[in-house]
This record gives sequence, C-alpha cells and structure tokens, in this order.
Amino acid sequence: MCLSIPSKVTHIDEENNIATVDTMGVERKASLDLIDQPVVVGDYVLIHIGFAMNKIDEEDALASLEVYKEIIEKMEEEERRQAILEDDACANRG
Amino acid sequence: MSQLKLKDLYDGFRDPETIKAFKKIIEEDAKKLEKPINIMEVCGGHTHTIMKYGIPQLLPSNINFIHGPGCPVCIMPKERIDHAYILSMQEDVILVTLGDMIKVPGSNGSLQDARSKGADVRFVYSPMDCIKIANENPNKKVIFFAIGFETTTPMTAALLDVVIKQDIKNIYFHINHVTVPEVMKELIDSRDEHVDSYNHQIDAFLGPSHVSVISGSKIYEEFPRDYNKPVVVAGFEPVDVMQSILMIIKQFIENRCELEIEYKRLVSYEGNIKAQELINKYFKKSSLFKWRGLGNIKDSGLKLRDEYLTYDAEHIYKDILPIGEIEDHKLCICGDILRGMATPPECTIFGTACKPSTPIGSCMVSSEGACAAYYKYGNLL
Ligand code: SF4
Ligand code: SF4
Repeated sequence: MCLSIPSKVTHIDEENNIATVDTMGVERKASLDLIDQPVVVGDYVLIHIGFAMNKIDEEDALASLEVYKEIIEKMEEEERRQAILEDDACANRG
Repeated sequence: MSQLKLKDLYDGFRDPETIKAFKKIIEEDAKKLEKPINIMEVCGGHTHTIMKYGIPQLLPSNINFIHGPGCPVCIMPKERIDHAYILSMQEDVILVTLGDMIKVPGSNGSLQDARSKGADVRFVYSPMDCIKIANENPNKKVIFFAIGFETTTPMTAALLDVVIKQDIKNIYFHINHVTVPEVMKELIDSRDEHVDSYNHQIDAFLGPSHVSVISGSKIYEEFPRDYNKPVVVAGFEPVDVMQSILMIIKQFIENRCELEIEYKRLVSYEGNIKAQELINKYFKKSSLFKWRGLGNIKDSGLKLRDEYLTYDAEHIYKDILPIGEIEDHKLCICGDILRGMATPPECTIFGTACKPSTPIGSCMVSSEGACAAYYKYGNLL
C-alpha cells in the first residue's frame, strides 16, 4: 500500500498548500503539508494517499540514469569484443 | 530547465536493457561469494516487484530471496478487523479506511461484508477525505481506521492536526500503525531461537523504499552494527532492486557490513523531519502490537498520546471492543510466510480454497501479500 507514484507539480494553490500534479497524464491533487522544503511548479514529488511525501532529487535520478547508460555501453562493448573473439576462434579453426 | 522527464522516472528504472546489464554483473560478482546469501526483502512492495519481473530467475543460484512480512494489510490480525467491524455496525458511526482493507477477513467477515449488512463503511483514497465526510454528516461519528507503516503514519497525524486546528467535533481514530525495525529484530531473534528449524538464515536486508522516505535510513543503523546484517535501502523499481542486490553482493565480497542507500533520489539518512515531528507530536509507542501470524511484537505499534485520548475510538468504545486473542485459520500458514520460513505454494489451500477472490489469510488479500503475488505471477516461476 505504500506504492507511491512519482508525479510532476503543475500548479500550486498557495493558500491551501495543495499542489496539482501530473501522474502519468492523470491530474491529481496532493497536500504539501508534510513537505519540509520549498516546492515549485516543475518539481517532481512522490505522492502517497493524497500527500506529497518528498521531493525527488533530480540530480540523483539523473546520475543513476547516467550510470545505467554507462554500464549498458560497457556491456555492449564487452559483447562486441566477445563476438570478435568467437569469430577469430572460428576463423582459426576454419 | 530540468533535463529529467517524468517518463524517465518510470521507464529509466524499469529498462529491460539495464536489468540485463545488472544481471550479467551480478552473475560475475556472485562467483566470488564464499557462500550463498539469503536476502530478505522486508517490504511487500519489493515482493511484488520481485515476482512481477521474475527477478529470482535472473539471479544465480547462490542468491536467494526470503520474503518478509512487509505489508500492513497482511499483518493486520483478526482482532483489529473485528474492532473495525463492530465499530462500523454502530448506528451513528461511519467507518472510514483505506481501500486495501476492504476484503481482509475478520472473525465475522470483512468490512465489505459489514457494508453489505448495512454498515456505513467508506473506502477512501486519502485520510483527508474524512473531513468532507464529517462535514456532510454532522450527526454521525466518523471513525478513521488508520493502518500502515511509517509511510502512512504521518498522513494520519496530519489529519488529526487539521481536526484539532479546525475544531472538528466528529472525527475519531482507531490506530493500527506499526513500525518496521521492531519486526526486523523479531525476525532475526526468533530465527536465532529456532535456528535448526529454519532453512534460511537471513544474511542481509533490502530496506523498504517508502517507509525510509519518511523515517530516513537511520532507523536501520543497528542492523549492520549490532546484528551483522547489511542493509541496502532500495527503490521499488526492478532496476533499483537489481542494483541493490549488487550492492549487497559487493559488501560480502569486500567484507563490509554497512547501511547503504540505493534509493538516493528519495531517501536520505535523516528522512522527512517534518513528518517525523508530526508523528512524535501525536503518537507514542504502544508496548505490544499483535501481528497476524507473528504474534505480539514488543514496541512495534503506535498509539495516540494520552492528551489525545478523546480522539481515540479504541478508548471511547472500550466497552464494546473485545480484547481477547483469536486464532488464525488452521490451514493458513501466513505466519510462516511472513517469517520467511515458507513460500505460498507450500500452503495446502493456496490457489484452491484460498485465492484473491476468496482470501482465507491476509497474505492473499493485499496485492503486496506474498500469496497474492505468487498467485498473480506464479506462472513466471
Ligand atoms: S505497505 Fe509499504 S512497507 Fe508495507 S508492503 Fe506495502 S509498500 Fe511495503
Ligand atoms: S494461501 Fe491463503 S491460506 Fe494459505 S498461507 Fe496464503 S493466505 Fe494463508
């Protein structure tokens, strides 16, 4: 039940401290009462039962995605090298 | 201008190529392990991801999962459901709770059954929905049946905060909030007691994602320090889980035993202080909470502080709420499953008498329950 979903803040109702967020194309409202840092339109937040629980650290998310890209590239390079080796082995035999 | 797209936050952490890359690295690194390791995922959200993406099949045979107790729905004992049921049957009461509770069987039936017998039971998306219900029904008592781990507790506190500030007279609380570290300790300690009867020793923990967003990773500090069990706080997406497994393996091959955070985009050491303060303002530890299948666990529950007793439905209705203990269904082995001692297919009524449409035990009710996850994704095994 705590499978909260990342959402993007599209509007803030300052008076009631309520954000309108976009969750995969669905518009929802979420209270900002539990958030202890400034939130602005464009921020990403995690929504759980009607509340924003926390802001998503964009730099951190980007850094992870960057690492993933690198390991995939390394993996592909590895595979290419492996393919060449196998090819060589084959040529030797042939 | 931000470079991050909302879509990246989903797709990036579910990317099949990335999962494949981690699979390869894990395979290589796991060869360096001296002995197999058993990782307990405490949280049902992780169980769900692990089953959905078939992660056990991606891992070498020396990495095993032990499914933990992690869902507040799964661990809700019949005694508490009976309380909700009885409260909902009172003439002037509207019982409000979160949707997950709808089908959990108590001894007289579930809240859904109570509703079909005429009780006013409402399943809401957010605790805040209670305010509207209370305003629209000034002659009724609205009782919020509050459930959940640390993730969900601050939302109950936020509701109480509004109730007090706006002086709303007809909202009450039945509190069933529980905390994670105490049950982790119980799982380790009870294993130490019966070590021969357990096939699997717990070697490391995947720390819950969203519990930790609120509490911070600091709540797990004692596990590497006092129990010699590494903890990696992991996100809920499959790439998060794969990366966290790799982090655990690396700790073993490098002979480290630490608390680490994989889910850095949302979890810090300190957590959400504002939410923690709100919890502390309104709640204190209750000495015992009975967990379904696990029994009484010391200090694992929360209750309202004495100053707020006038909001506590359990106190107000103490004359009609039973306090005895109730046994679970004889054939249901939820208890062993929640302890990570058995897997759902070992239950003789799994998938036959017990399935999501007619759950016998609570592990089959919540979509994060181990039995429900096995039932839904079992064909992947
Ligand atoms: S309620 Fe939260 S902690 Fe529990 S299983 Fe679900 S996601 Fe995990
Ligand atoms: S299958 Fe049903 S009865 Fe068996 S352990 Fe799971 S919840 Fe209990």
